[in-house]
Amino acid sequence: MTLTPVITEHWDSPDLYTLEGYRKFGGYGALVSALKQDPDSIIQVVKDSGLRGRGGAGFPTGMKWGFVPQNDGKPHYLVVNADESEPGACKDIPIMMANPHALVEGVIIASYAIRASHAFIYIRGEVPNAVRKVANAVEQARAAGFVGNNILGTDFSLDIVVHAGAGAYICGEETALLDSLEGYRGQPRLKPPFPAVAGLYASPTVINNVETIANIPYIIERGAAWLRQFGTEKSPGFKVFAVSGHVNRPGIFEAPLGITMRELLDYAGGMRDGRKLKFWIPGGSSVPMLVEEHLDLPLTYEDMAGAGTMLGTGTPMVFDETVSVVKAVTRWLEFYKHESCGKCTPCREGTYWITGMLERFEHGHGHEADVEKIAHVCTQIAGRSFCALGDAAATPYPAALKYFRDEFLAATHTSADEQFDPIASYLFAGATR
Amino acid sequence: MAISEAVREEMRQLAALYPQSRSALLPMLHLVQSEEGDVTIDGINACADVLGITSAEVTAVSTFYTMYKRQKVGQHHIGVCINTLCGLLGGDAVYAALAERLGTTHDSPSEDSNFWLERIECQAACTHAPVMTVDWEFMDDMTPASAVDVIDRLARGEVVQSTRGPAIRDFAATGRTLAFPNDGLADEGVSVDEKMLAGLRIAKERGMSAPPIPASAAADTTEG
Amino acid sequence: MTMTSNAGSDLAAVEMVSVTVDGVIIEVPKGTLAIRAAELLGVEIPRFCDHPLLDPVAACRACLIEVEGIPKPQPACAQVVSDGMQIRTQMSSPVAREAQEGVLEFLLLNHPLDCPVCDKGGECPLQNQAMSVGRPESRFDGEKRVFDKPINVSAEILLDRERCVSCARCTRFADQIAGDPMLELLERGAKQQVGTAADQPFDSYFSGNTVQICPVGALTSAAYRFRARPFDLVSVPTTCEHCASGCSLRTDYRRGTVTRRLAWDDPEVNEEWNCDKGRFAFPYLQEGRITSPMIREDGELRPASWPEALDAAARGLAAAGSSTGVLVGGRSTVEDAYAYARFARVALGSDNIDFRVRESSSEEAAFLMSVVAGTSVTTTYESLEQAPIVMTVALEPEDESPIVFLRLRKAARSGRTRIVNVGAVATKGLAKVRGELLAALPGGEARVLQELPADLKSALHQPGAVILVGERIAAVVGGPSAVAALAAETGASLAWVPRRAGERGALDAGALAGLLPGGRQLLDPTARTEVAAAWGIDPDGLPADIGLAGEQLLMAAREGRLAALITGGVELADYPDHELAEAAIVGAGFVVALENHHSAITERADVVFPVAVVTEKSGTFLDWEGRPRPFVQVFRDSLAQSDAMVLGMIATTMERRLGVHDVAGIRRELGVLGPWGGQRSLSPADAAQSAPVTSTPVDGALLRLVAWRALIDSGVMQEGEPFLAATARPVVAAMSARTAASLGHPAAVLVAGPKGSVELPVQVGEVIDGAVIMPLNSPGCSIYRDLGARIGDAVTVRAAESREGGRS
Repeated sequence: MTLTPVITEHWDSPDLYTLEGYRKFGGYGALVSALKQDPDSIIQVVKDSGLRGRGGAGFPTGMKWGFVPQNDGKPHYLVVNADESEPGACKDIPIMMANPHALVEGVIIASYAIRASHAFIYIRGEVPNAVRKVANAVEQARAAGFVGNNILGTDFSLDIVVHAGAGAYICGEETALLDSLEGYRGQPRLKPPFPAVAGLYASPTVINNVETIANIPYIIERGAAWLRQFGTEKSPGFKVFAVSGHVNRPGIFEAPLGITMRELLDYAGGMRDGRKLKFWIPGGSSVPMLVEEHLDLPLTYEDMAGAGTMLGTGTPMVFDETVSVVKAVTRWLEFYKHESCGKCTPCREGTYWITGMLERFEHGHGHEADVEKIAHVCTQIAGRSFCALGDAAATPYPAALKYFRDEFLAATHTSADEQFDPIASYLFAGATR
Repeated sequence: MAISEAVREEMRQLAALYPQSRSALLPMLHLVQSEEGDVTIDGINACADVLGITSAEVTAVSTFYTMYKRQKVGQHHIGVCINTLCGLLGGDAVYAALAERLGTTHDSPSEDSNFWLERIECQAACTHAPVMTVDWEFMDDMTPASAVDVIDRLARGEVVQSTRGPAIRDFAATGRTLAFPNDGLADEGVSVDEKMLAGLRIAKERGMSAPPIPASAAADTTEG
Repeated sequence: MTMTSNAGSDLAAVEMVSVTVDGVIIEVPKGTLAIRAAELLGVEIPRFCDHPLLDPVAACRACLIEVEGIPKPQPACAQVVSDGMQIRTQMSSPVAREAQEGVLEFLLLNHPLDCPVCDKGGECPLQNQAMSVGRPESRFDGEKRVFDKPINVSAEILLDRERCVSCARCTRFADQIAGDPMLELLERGAKQQVGTAADQPFDSYFSGNTVQICPVGALTSAAYRFRARPFDLVSVPTTCEHCASGCSLRTDYRRGTVTRRLAWDDPEVNEEWNCDKGRFAFPYLQEGRITSPMIREDGELRPASWPEALDAAARGLAAAGSSTGVLVGGRSTVEDAYAYARFARVALGSDNIDFRVRESSSEEAAFLMSVVAGTSVTTTYESLEQAPIVMTVALEPEDESPIVFLRLRKAARSGRTRIVNVGAVATKGLAKVRGELLAALPGGEARVLQELPADLKSALHQPGAVILVGERIAAVVGGPSAVAALAAETGASLAWVPRRAGERGALDAGALAGLLPGGRQLLDPTARTEVAAAWGIDPDGLPADIGLAGEQLLMAAREGRLAALITGGVELADYPDHELAEAAIVGAGFVVALENHHSAITERADVVFPVAVVTEKSGTFLDWEGRPRPFVQVFRDSLAQSDAMVLGMIATTMERRLGVHDVAGIRRELGVLGPWGGQRSLSPADAAQSAPVTSTPVDGALLRLVAWRALIDSGVMQEGEPFLAATARPVVAAMSARTAASLGHPAAVLVAGPKGSVELPVQVGEVIDGAVIMPLNSPGCSIYRDLGARIGDAVTVRAAESREGGRS
């Protein structure tokens, strides 16, 4: 399948991140067009396009916008989830650094559609360069009259605030993000009420991922039918894929949904040094891993679900045969333990427990009984925790066990590093232990 | 150190950006850290004062987020991604080399108190593994040697350029950027590199592009 | 004065839904949570974070159940039932049971096995749950989390973090119920823990509730920690004797000693809360008690036998007869107050009686007689919750009636109720009820009430509007009249909220000159007939004229115009002019004191009788609503006699028939008398001694003094509880920024009255210009004793020399 640069089309233009650079390629034309339309017709175009959220869950964007009650007398808010922190996900931060105006233009159009006069872009604090790039774009847009009062002479007014987080993976969960944005601990909220009804400041709120919003100008400019030329019926459109790991040419590849991992791997130059693929993960550590046999599956929401995993963030991580799956999974669990917000018991205590058991395996003294116990503890977390972080934490181990049980059994006597020399998996030569 | 009136005024400016002032708490704490070197009790109390909430409420927030520190960070914060992908692709070795060079361990200051070393989680730059950050600016594609070289140059006061961002300043400056993002540095350094262009280069080489607007739909979408 | 009928109208139309729990169909009100619906069927779903009075968080996940149509188990504590919903709890669903067991295993993972030394052991939900459905052996073989232990989150409350299960009951209580978000969840993930700011404790009058609702032994009180095992304690439901909020309590004792007191559940009054004074201030019950009758001989008190003391008292009182004054402290039970009221009229033929050991006025007496005494329970806690507006006058609920405060906060949080305080200062308490301040200088409240802004007046016309007036209105000339007039004009319900637990009961029992039981007025012929009949005497046997009350009574005694005084539970220092009170004791030829602790009165009394404290007798308090709050005797083998019994014995010795033999008899008699249904001739306006006056800001260093008693202060019933005392609020002089500026922005001021001065740190706040706010009777600041000043007086305020410039 061919690559289809859209959001990334002009990333090689050095001043794309500036207003002038963006406008050279027709930037903000979609906004001009959108403001001449009824907000509901904008929502309809997005619904018709079939665009699904690019943050991981794949919820239909137009439908989300449509949930916002109209004429309710309350302020509405658009919040962009730019808290990209999922292990393996690395596409929103590049979009914000390379093409921030696509995001800003999308924010303005989306705000117009849902009748929001205040939008917030919540960017994880660990990436100041994305924060400043987006803030700069917002200021340039403001100076050009695209943000502020009576935009382009219409009745529509919008303020955009660029907000930096402070280091908490959980804030990628949309209700935790809202609490964080309100100045609280980023712990997820009880639903209902759902954000579309009572979100930020208890007002109707739409929360969208960066890539989702960056799609909007292109969809408005080119139409729903244009988008539906890409992808499949259930997964229309294109996707900014980011391929990382043991490949020869890791990087960003924008392609239609439905491209296969084998094709992406090929664009990424194949496995490094011709080594064998061990496992790959289609979209972040929170989705189950796949192996060689899954390389020809189309990367769509439905096909990934069919294979027992998820498309997630669409940022495949590729690991070759030098990698210890025990070590990989342990590291992910350490991450979930570190990032568990502490609110609910299964996630808080479960990640603590599992991590302790896995660390014994990594060091070569895992208890054989724990191979099954960990799997069982995962079932006590999955579906019982407050939010999806618990489900995510319960994901890596069962999938790894499915394909690599022997490695865990071996780790009852042989450490991960003895099983797999860590130096072999480094990308650079010359390291010593 | 007491929080100055000028900083309090900046806190009030941050609070005024939001429909509800408490939303400014995270940026305010970044500002505190920029001014104080860490989140101090004085800083917490100043935030509480400005927002009309209790110091316990501020403490609840400041202790939740990893970026807020409770000990002086020093001139530079050094992060090494040790999450699975970066760690296994060499981040572990980068971290070990830096820990040795700085004489410190995770989330602790260096022997000379000028650097702070931290094992950080995924930095959303997996394509650039192993990833290091200096004052949270990207230092991509590190090796143990290149990482130690960065520290050595910083220690000598030399200019170090972020691989995707401006020249390194210091930890305090980044804190201020996170509070007031328009720091005037958007034009500094490069933010798009060859890895971000990997797909685009191939597409251009091979003449690939997104399909045009279908003729049937063109009429529908240009009405506006 | 009467409640309008609109307030309760929405109760009628409760929409019901039908839900199936474990196969049993039950009708519940719409909006019911699954956990409550199951309770109605007797199915107890495990829970730790759930608390019916706190907003649900669904954090602990102990209550997971199966809901048909929802793939994942759902938390019953947050699952609102809908019509036709099918719920399966652990009783019928293996999925629910397994999920609950999994959560229990997680909760026990890091929980220490220190139940044998844990205060919660024996009454611990986690322990019970673990014993009933937990695994016999833990599957966890890792290292448990450890923390330094314990840490003080306040002087009174300790925290053992390793026991905490992060249910957030305590933090939600602090934030939602008390309005004191100073106890918070800190850190994240497995390190999450309860804590405070580094330099500020959990400063709340209600902190003890967090110990009680903690589902594990993480929070303990310094007062009770390691003192007892729950299963060694005997529990008795009681009523709090500290204030007129009327809290239902549970008193736990062991071997004749009270070990702790808990808030008990009374949805109509205190819900499940109480204040820290009610919870912790009970050592006085045991410490420093008078143990035997005493007689003064050659200037010294000496122990005496009961017959000897009774004989001495009877002789002295019989000689004085109607020239006796009766001072009933505001802490007596209805039954005891009734005994005093009857003793005065029947045994002594005297109407010189008053229960107001505090600031009082004849205008106030008239107000109480005409609109409060003997009225039925109409304005209630529920009225506060339903009210569109509550106006408070001369009342700081957080200090003076803390459960009223909690209910006002609940009302405010619901968004239904607007709260307006007429006073001199916007306190933190007012902010916690989201209240507005209608500023009035002390003494100027009457004028402010007469000239209310139009919007406020029309708000008070709304059905369900409430005016709450505190006892400090007695210090405002024209105040009681203005309040009564405003209520009459607007139709707002009016309730008087005295501070002490015994005040309303004493009023209704007739322990006030001119007033007979049930709100009957002494000079009303029908009232006299009714009371005389109940008492078995001729109406002419009742005093013919209204007697002395308030300071007139004290002055008469000082001047020797009264031959004797009887006091019951009186602290002389509580009178604004305590020198007058002391002189009255000296001036009265013969003094009989019924007290349980030695005091300034027993130092001078001729005969002293020890009387029972609340744990040694049964009785009733009337709370501010007028609601009877009966309680039973905790220590059934106590030999201590109630005031009523002692008065009965004195009367018998005097060969008078008092007819008060026991509490049941008194209650019966009061019941037969009932409340007064006839005319109330006096209206307070008639009694106002002068037209309402305004106060204007006084110039220069003269400021108007505003003072009330802090909840935790130097009160004698708080003695012996140092942890509680350490949680008192700082003692400061509060004033406006402008007032402080006029004094040169001092860090501290010297406040001087006729008798002396105190030096206090300055706190600048939202205070009306020209006023200074100080605690009435706190360590280092007793207005009456130290300054010789009264509420509303002008006091001299100047910068203290010891500390200058700026805030320290």
